[in-house]
Amino acid sequence: MSLRILVGVKRVIDYAVKIRVKPDKSGVITEGVKHSMNPFDEIAIEEAVRMKEKKIAKEIVAFSCGPAQCQETLRTALAMGADRGIHVEVAGPQYETLQPLHISKMLAKLAKDEQIDIIIVGKQAIDDDCNQTAQMTAALLDWPQATSASKIEAKDGSLQVVREIDGGLETIKVKLPTVVSADLRLNEPRYATLPNIMKAKKKPIKKLTPKDLGVDVSPRIQIVTVEEPPVRLAGAKVENVDMVVEKLKALGHA
Amino acid sequence: MASYKFLASKSSWMPILTRHVSKSYYFRTAQLSCSASMYEKDIKEYKAPQTEATTEVKKLKRPPFGKNLFLGKFDTEVLAFPEVLDKERLQMLEEMVAPVEKFFEAIDSKKIDAEGEIPKETLDGLKALGLFGQQIPTDYGGLGFNATEFSRIAEITALDSSVAVILAAHQSIGLKGLLIAGNEEQKAKYLPRLASGEWTAAFCLTEPGSGSDAGSVQTKAVLSDDGDYWIMNGNKIWISNGGIADFFTVFAKTPVRNIAGEMEDRVTAFLVERSFGGVTNGKPEDKLGIRGSNTLPENVLGEVGAGFKIALNILNSGRFSMGSSGAGMLKKLLGWSAEHAINRKQFGKPLMEFELIQEKFAKMATTIYAMESMSYLTSGMLDSYEEPDCAMEAAMVKVFSSEAVWNCTSECLQILGGLGYMKDYPYERYLRDARILLIFEGTNEILRILISILGLQHAGKSLADIVRKVRNPTANPGYVLKKMWRRFRRNPQNPRLDLNLNYYLHPNLRRPSELLEKRVLQFEIAVENLLSYYGKEVGNKQMDLRRVADIAIDLFAMTAVLSRSSRAYCIGLRNAEHELALANSFCVEADLRCERNITELFGGDFVTQDLAMKKIAETIFQNKGYCAEHPLKQNL
Repeated sequence: MSLRILVGVKRVIDYAVKIRVKPDKSGVITEGVKHSMNPFDEIAIEEAVRMKEKKIAKEIVAFSCGPAQCQETLRTALAMGADRGIHVEVAGPQYETLQPLHISKMLAKLAKDEQIDIIIVGKQAIDDDCNQTAQMTAALLDWPQATSASKIEAKDGSLQVVREIDGGLETIKVKLPTVVSADLRLNEPRYATLPNIMKAKKKPIKKLTPKDLGVDVSPRIQIVTVEEPPVRLAGAKVENVDMVVEKLKALGHA
Repeated sequence: MASYKFLASKSSWMPILTRHVSKSYYFRTAQLSCSASMYEKDIKEYKAPQTEATTEVKKLKRPPFGKNLFLGKFDTEVLAFPEVLDKERLQMLEEMVAPVEKFFEAIDSKKIDAEGEIPKETLDGLKALGLFGQQIPTDYGGLGFNATEFSRIAEITALDSSVAVILAAHQSIGLKGLLIAGNEEQKAKYLPRLASGEWTAAFCLTEPGSGSDAGSVQTKAVLSDDGDYWIMNGNKIWISNGGIADFFTVFAKTPVRNIAGEMEDRVTAFLVERSFGGVTNGKPEDKLGIRGSNTLPENVLGEVGAGFKIALNILNSGRFSMGSSGAGMLKKLLGWSAEHAINRKQFGKPLMEFELIQEKFAKMATTIYAMESMSYLTSGMLDSYEEPDCAMEAAMVKVFSSEAVWNCTSECLQILGGLGYMKDYPYERYLRDARILLIFEGTNEILRILISILGLQHAGKSLADIVRKVRNPTANPGYVLKKMWRRFRRNPQNPRLDLNLNYYLHPNLRRPSELLEKRVLQFEIAVENLLSYYGKEVGNKQMDLRRVADIAIDLFAMTAVLSRSSRAYCIGLRNAEHELALANSFCVEADLRCERNITELFGGDFVTQDLAMKKIAETIFQNKGYCAEHPLKQNL
């Protein structure tokens, strides 16, 4: 098989960073904060690269939408093994109100333009936790979807995907072309090696605007307020079980 | 005699093994031997190697900064902190930092230390990442890093000391000779394998009887009767990577016909493959620290190379990265200690509110700042100067950084108190590992002498005429009077600040820049005095040489922090105010150290303890040890 795979990679605040809210509550602080590729998207790229190594796929296109720094995220994807990148630049206030639907529309348009057979995205981004992009993209394209994949096997013209569902595993078979979203246990992504990072410099990144893809990203929502989660209040120690019950009753829990 | 020691740790060595080996794989014509005679002569000829330039930027022709300080000449160009990497190159470097950091976070240093071995997966991972070929040109499968990029990655690889030593032994010294002096054929044959990590390299100089004094190697190599191969006999000790290496740079004495037509033994460098045969290892040493690095006695054969100069060259060029690697490690340690100081409460308040703790943190941050600044200033010089002459700067970085790492690690441990002493915490391991830094790649004592000799020679050349006349006043009365008049006008205690260093820095740094300027001017006078007083004898005045070196190191460090903080402030980097504070604080401390050293140099035996100390030492050696009577002793 010689499939073409489109992988969506999102630039998010690094998982190890402690998130702080802006004083005016309009969003979270991103200046001077370490960003990296959404961990689920790393898994998506890794899966695509493995398919290429197994000669199932012939080309991997990485896609990212956001401010100029998304190029760094794309470079990481290229260093891990993607062949070329597409950056759709959306910056400033427009980016803050960008929704999974917009991304889905872009992915759908690109899938057609680039004659893509499989779209792989992370099942969710660790910043907004939406878990919508794969589903909506599949709907827009009218393609089958295999979400939260923990194992993917290619079988002539279709994929056999094991999904993690509540209480167990579900194995499904989807026809190509299809949309897959990667779950945590799908694979363990590789490190981008330094020689590959150097080689990635030579791989092309195409720059587009939402307009080029015919997607209207003007805001449909307005961010009213962003607030820190409530601080956990200090507990109190009690002497014995009776007092626990008493306290709970007093608080109206029992 | 020249003296160099390098990657070493603890002692014990293996008996000699003899065998002859192999066809001549290399060009006999490429062989360069040189005499290991006079220390001075050899370093004089030394030129720092050009690190591979990856971006084609026109290189600047600049005078040697450190050496010129000895003449009171200050290259103000240096006050513009170098920006070696263009935007793209810098971005790529940052991209490379991320996976390396991730990889090192996953290394279990505690286990490596306890078991004395680096797991195979870790080594394979390092190779796959490309870390074995950092400075090897891309044409040979390496990453083609310049000194600056190498320094940046060294900050991370230093987080596990054993890994750091394996990498350093491999590329900072093990294969450096090949990079510097190898011919095309040799490079094409070995570099790709070394870059991928398929082969590991080691550097074999130290012998049981030849440590710091590297010119005295006993390993002998002679050409076989048919002239086809070399036969080499001898044994080497404390060879980092010795047990795992497949490729060795070995130094041995070979008979060479000198100018007078007589045969004389000279040091030659050989490239030796393990597969040549005849190479045996002893068992790995049980060391104090760096326990995952494999160090052992060696024995080798092969042929071709250069010699003593190459050995110095390799060692001189490997040192600059100790500043950044040490800083990388200390920054981590400082972060952990800060967390402890914030959370740990004693006497009802957190440690961070105690003044003595605050002082420790401030001093450490100041020191780290100086280390980083010196290190990246030096790598910047190596990368942007044409034929850079940075042996002195590299040595300064090494001396300053190794001592800073030892002291700061100890202070971090102190902040943790009893916890820091426990094996469950990494502090004691870092402390053990740090100890070797003051010993290998040239002991700090030897390097201090090297720094001052390099500088004094440089100054001596320019001052030769002056010094000759000043030392013989009766023959040159007019000159000496003129000189005396000038000296009289020039107040050594408070020289007129006419270098105007503050013109080149942000006005906020005026005060520290004046401190630097004053000491630069005084240093010039001190050097001139020293040379006219002792003449050639100065080479034996080690206590004065130590002072000269320490002043030179402080001057260089002050220059580096001023240059860096000024740039940071002018371009508006985050926390630039903090950088100004660090630079200022460092200059004030360094100024105090300089004051003492300069006073002692000016005052000579009247103010120093030198004679008394020599006397005390003499008595100790006569009595073979401590010889004051026990305090309880009475004359019964």
